[in-house]
Amino acid sequence: MGNAIFQPSHFTAVVLFALFASTVFGITQRETPRDMIRYGIYCFVLFVASAIALSWLMYFIAR
Amino acid sequence: MATEETKKTSTNSGAQEGFVYLPLIAGWLVPGGGHFLLRKWGRGALLAASILGMFMLGLLMQGKVYAGAHDILDILGLAGDLGNGLLYVLSRMLGLGDVQVMVTTADWGTRFIVVAGLLNIIAAVDAHNLKTGRKS
Repeated sequence: MGNAIFQPSHFTAVVLFALFASTVFGITQRETPRDMIRYGIYCFVLFVASAIALSWLMYFIAR
Repeated sequence: MATEETKKTSTNSGAQEGFVYLPLIAGWLVPGGGHFLLRKWGRGALLAASILGMFMLGLLMQGKVYAGAHDILDILGLAGDLGNGLLYVLSRMLGLGDVQVMVTTADWGTRFIVVAGLLNIIAAVDAHNLKTGRKS
């Protein structure tokens, strides 16, 4: 069953998830194009940064 | 002041012409469809690319498309999947996503498909807000 066409690493999956979700959040939650881009980048950075921070937290908890 | 109010009223009534729920339904059935209907081509294209991209990657990762609900988590997953509108119907008809989740990437793929549906609902509601004049 492990014959998926696309098998990304965990980090790649996080980045792709963050990219798509941030694009939708940016467009739907703000009114002007400038604010949309700023909010989209803000969400993207928050998604990826929180994933990295939580990963390190779990790494230390597991030890 | 009075002129401003008159202008605002006429703008709102202009935005609400026709069936106000049409962009909501179109946006749910086809990702970005609500925005295309309102001639917001750029926004619609980006929303469509994001939602379709997420859904397709979910399938390519061998993600599961929920067909029924046996427990509360299945019900939530099915609700999210139904947000994909016609994509859900199409994938069920073609037998896509009819798999047992055995590997980690398939589990991520399943989440990608559910979240694509949820994002599609947000996009459809945004199209409705544009139609009613609540958002510009």
